[in-house]
Amino acid sequence: MLGLNNADRKLFLIVVCLVAFAPFILNPFPDNVGMAQFNAGYPDLMQKLVIFGIFAIGYNILFGLTGYLSFGHAAFLGVGSYAGVWMMKLLTMNVVPALIVSVVVAGLFSLLIGYVSLRRTGIYFSILTLAFAQMCYSLAYSVLTPLTGGETGLTLSLNDPRVIGVTEVDGNIPVPHFFGLDMQSAVDLDVAGWSFTFSTGYYFAGVIMLVAFYMSVRLFRSPFGLMLRAIKSNQNRMSYTGLNARPYTLAAFVISGMYAGLAGGLMVAMDPLAGAERMLWTASGEVVLMTILGGAGTLIGPVLGAGVIAYLESIISTINDSILHSWFQALPDSLENFLVTILHPFVGHGWHLTLGLVFMGIVIFLPGGIVEGGRRIGNLFSRKKADDTETAPEPGE
Amino acid sequence: MEAIILQVLNGLDKGSAYALIALGLTLIFGTLGVVNFAHGALFMLGAFCAVTLSRILTLSFETIDPTRTDFLGNPMTVHTPYVEAWFGEAVGGTIIDWAVPLAVIIAIPVMALIGVVMERGLIKHFYKRPHADQILVTFGLAIVIQEIVKAFYGANPIPTPAPEAFIGSFDIGQILGFDPYAIMYPYWRLVYFFFSAVIIAAVFAFLQFTTFGMVVRAGMADRETVGLLGIDIDRRFVIMFAIAAVVAGLAGVMYTPILSPNYHMGMDFLVLSFVVVVVGGMGSLGGAVAAGFLLGILQSFASMSQIIEALPGINQVVIYLVAVVVLLTRPRGLMGRKGVMED
Amino acid sequence: MSKGKFTRRGMLKAGAASGATLAMPTIFSGAVWADGHTGFTNAPGPDSVTLGFNVPQTGAYADEGADELRAFTLAVEHLNGEGDGGMMNTFSSQVLDGTGILGRRVEYVTGDTQTSSDAARSSARSMIERDGAVMISGGSSSGVAIAVQGLCQDAGVIFMAGLTHSNDTTGKDRRANGFRHFFNTEMSGRALAPILEGAYGNDRVAYHLTADYTWGWSQERSMRTYTEAMGWETANAVMTPVGAGDFSSYLTPVANSGADVLILNHYGGDMVNSLTQAVQFGLRDIVANNKDFAVVVPLFSRLMARGAGSAIEGIYGSTNWHWTLTDAGSQAFVRSFGERYGFPPSQAAHTCYVQTLLYADAVTRAGSFNPCAVAEALEGYEFDGLGNGPTLYRAEDHQCFKDVLVVRGKENPENEFDLLEIVEVTPRETVTYPIDHPDFQGGALGTCNPGA
Repeated sequence: MLGLNNADRKLFLIVVCLVAFAPFILNPFPDNVGMAQFNAGYPDLMQKLVIFGIFAIGYNILFGLTGYLSFGHAAFLGVGSYAGVWMMKLLTMNVVPALIVSVVVAGLFSLLIGYVSLRRTGIYFSILTLAFAQMCYSLAYSVLTPLTGGETGLTLSLNDPRVIGVTEVDGNIPVPHFFGLDMQSAVDLDVAGWSFTFSTGYYFAGVIMLVAFYMSVRLFRSPFGLMLRAIKSNQNRMSYTGLNARPYTLAAFVISGMYAGLAGGLMVAMDPLAGAERMLWTASGEVVLMTILGGAGTLIGPVLGAGVIAYLESIISTINDSILHSWFQALPDSLENFLVTILHPFVGHGWHLTLGLVFMGIVIFLPGGIVEGGRRIGNLFSRKKADDTETAPEPGE
Repeated sequence: MEAIILQVLNGLDKGSAYALIALGLTLIFGTLGVVNFAHGALFMLGAFCAVTLSRILTLSFETIDPTRTDFLGNPMTVHTPYVEAWFGEAVGGTIIDWAVPLAVIIAIPVMALIGVVMERGLIKHFYKRPHADQILVTFGLAIVIQEIVKAFYGANPIPTPAPEAFIGSFDIGQILGFDPYAIMYPYWRLVYFFFSAVIIAAVFAFLQFTTFGMVVRAGMADRETVGLLGIDIDRRFVIMFAIAAVVAGLAGVMYTPILSPNYHMGMDFLVLSFVVVVVGGMGSLGGAVAAGFLLGILQSFASMSQIIEALPGINQVVIYLVAVVVLLTRPRGLMGRKGVMED
Repeated sequence: MSKGKFTRRGMLKAGAASGATLAMPTIFSGAVWADGHTGFTNAPGPDSVTLGFNVPQTGAYADEGADELRAFTLAVEHLNGEGDGGMMNTFSSQVLDGTGILGRRVEYVTGDTQTSSDAARSSARSMIERDGAVMISGGSSSGVAIAVQGLCQDAGVIFMAGLTHSNDTTGKDRRANGFRHFFNTEMSGRALAPILEGAYGNDRVAYHLTADYTWGWSQERSMRTYTEAMGWETANAVMTPVGAGDFSSYLTPVANSGADVLILNHYGGDMVNSLTQAVQFGLRDIVANNKDFAVVVPLFSRLMARGAGSAIEGIYGSTNWHWTLTDAGSQAFVRSFGERYGFPPSQAAHTCYVQTLLYADAVTRAGSFNPCAVAEALEGYEFDGLGNGPTLYRAEDHQCFKDVLVVRGKENPENEFDLLEIVEVTPRETVTYPIDHPDFQGGALGTCNPGA
């Protein structure tokens, strides 16, 4: 089925189920308990999870397979976003042209940068990509403001032409849609104490992520994927056999750039604003961290890594002292205050601290990322050896 | 002409900061093969050594002065530093005034200790791990250090002025035969430049003229062979890590009067210092220093308004542009060696 | 902890949906159960209402964000009848009675803008979608304010801007659901120019260093307009990258440029560094064109000015509000904030506190949380007693018009908060600009969006 082997099919089906039932899985707590703070089943975060998932899947095609550590992939995401918003400003609020143009523009852009950067390897390659991305960011923030919106970001406005679509609806900017299907609409389902939200935008992005994931599985298993892995393990040996590695790495680079562009386009399809900060080196660093955190070179790892980081950022940063107090209300006052004092530095304004500790914790205790950690734990219980060879615990360099 | 001399001075000044940070970074790269994303945090910790010392020196006891009122109309609490109470206002005041130079003395053992703890406690376990893991763990560490500093000192920049004696500007132009006031340069920035030169010279001399340095250099060139010779290279590498931390820390301490320190200053310098190291060439100490000064000077020239007018935005991207040009024309940076960090 | 439970959108609904044991699909944002208040996004239930405070908690403006959050907390306490009531007692409108808003207890959620438009929008979305916030407030930069304002317009909630000084917030990017109490660069220019003329004469040559982003340009344009109108020349205007850190290469050309005034269109960390370094380079000690060289910082922030230490002494600038004001409103606020936290509030804290009260007041007067009703109540609203004298929320652009403070760095501060002295309270008439001012064109309010 689908041209996948057994293990891959199982994995793919699991991912399909996860995406389909995410509104339930991410809302494990009823709404009126204190723990509901940890619920992640609201549209913004769910969309973010799948979009960053796409970004990380694409990044993994380059980094996980070839071992080339790009520090500038956020630039492609940013360029894709800008292209998407311009389509919505000029053409129509339908997301399809925006997505197509995002992917194409990001692809061309990555072809250009990849062609130049891939002339070097190792850290020299990393710094070249970083340099290009930082230049994009700096210029987008300042001198290119007419094109990028600068500090504010590129936004839609009431005076946009939108030649195929409508300029305004009752004095308001129209919302992005997929042939009439409003991206920002959602349906709520209330069951007992729980409230589940089904967002159109989320399912739209989710389906695209499944397609992207499927394509990456096929790519991993293809002769092309094998070739990329050969480049990672020994580029010299490959060149002795008379094969030129450059076209293969460039192809991988452009494919991952297009994935980044797709993620950027989806971001503006969900929320039509493109900010320059999404091209900053920290944003490029974030996708590197997502991939390593989940497990570079594994199929599902990057998606998990993206999920963990997006979740921490969105949830931990919104916990404030009054929420902490409400959790421990039942406890005696002194104990309540003690616990709040202990937890206070790690939440709200301290969410960066938690993030840093998670990075350190995972890499120290689960080398190879979440996937590898999960496999080790799995092996503890069943002494059966994991049989899939592709998820070799070899995070790239 | 004056303008060009001034920009060269600016460039040397910027460059000395870049060179000091990059020097430590490339030492760690070259000797330990570790990509240390926490190196910027070491620079920041150095700066906060100065802040902490000035806080300690101004530790005060409180007295209520009933003749004055605070902003709520209550009797005002007056703070008198212990130092002033013990040594008298004049001597105490001078000690407080000299907090930044004094912090250099404090920073050396403190930063060395931080370096050793970091190496033994964390980095040691990552020598054989992939660079990606090293990046992840040191980046995490950098964030943690940053957040701890923020918890204690807040996010706003903290003023740490140079001693009174170094406030003001030196008329270099007059010595060179220009009109008076044509080339004025702040004393402290000149101090910073000479201080950096001394530190850089000291590190080079140490590596060049001591047996310890010789072994380390040998280890940088070929770690395995040195290990086979029965030399305990690891112990020496701890010391190298501590030295790198001290150099970064001292760069931070002395920079505080120029740039009021804040908790994220390390991250701001991190990317820049990586670019400097790579432009200089991996594993080359001389390259790092040369690239530091080169980028500093080019950045200063790119900031001149005549140049910005001709090429809008050039001041924003010049560092990266230079990096791209250097790496495309010289595959291993200015003085890089073959095979270091290329795979 | 007496705060009570932290309820969220779902919980409010859960009350209404009680008894319904089976699935009950409802269209998002069509909350049909609130007592008569329906047809708009996140209509609050009968017991409580949730406000969203979106402030920078990480990054360079984290301290400013923390101060904003303190002010919000204080405002919520006062609205709920806790504490001494602060400016609610001096406010010209007396409809707020300490029982929450329209009898609903006020609760709040917080988020981190990270001073980035992306993160700020994402955090605001989560407050609206997950927590059911009916109003968003806060922020410490114009980029964020404009981005979040656009989001609130699309989502159908009210946005009460925090610290945002760029003209665009109520100019090119004004939106019907967004309101700004803070002043803007145009007002700074109008207020500062006469004072600068008085202090430095009308025969001066200015050199601008400008942060290279929208707010910086806006500030530079306003300063140039009004300084040139009084006879000053502009020698040069140089863009500096945001977060440059070391400004030496921008400062050294100033001394020999023929200029005798340096105008630093910088804010936050950039302002601290450029000002400190300008003083280090001896710019304040030199004599140019037979006049003492002067430095001007058009937008002062007391919190940030602390970082510049003694460098700010004698430097002119403008500010929205300062805690040493002696009117009853300011005094009440400083007392209530100072007793709660032990130090006086910043201008960012003040504007956030005032915005929260203004929102609550508008809801009460309108008798509804519907954004369109609230907007109508705020438009053209004339009030007093909130620290800035008589103030008007202009209907055409949702900008507050009120007195602007011109301040100067104090020579001998009495304590660590006493950094600025008020030189002049520029009256509202002077800083009021016509709605068709060219710097504010290129956008339209549109119509208010209730979201349903």
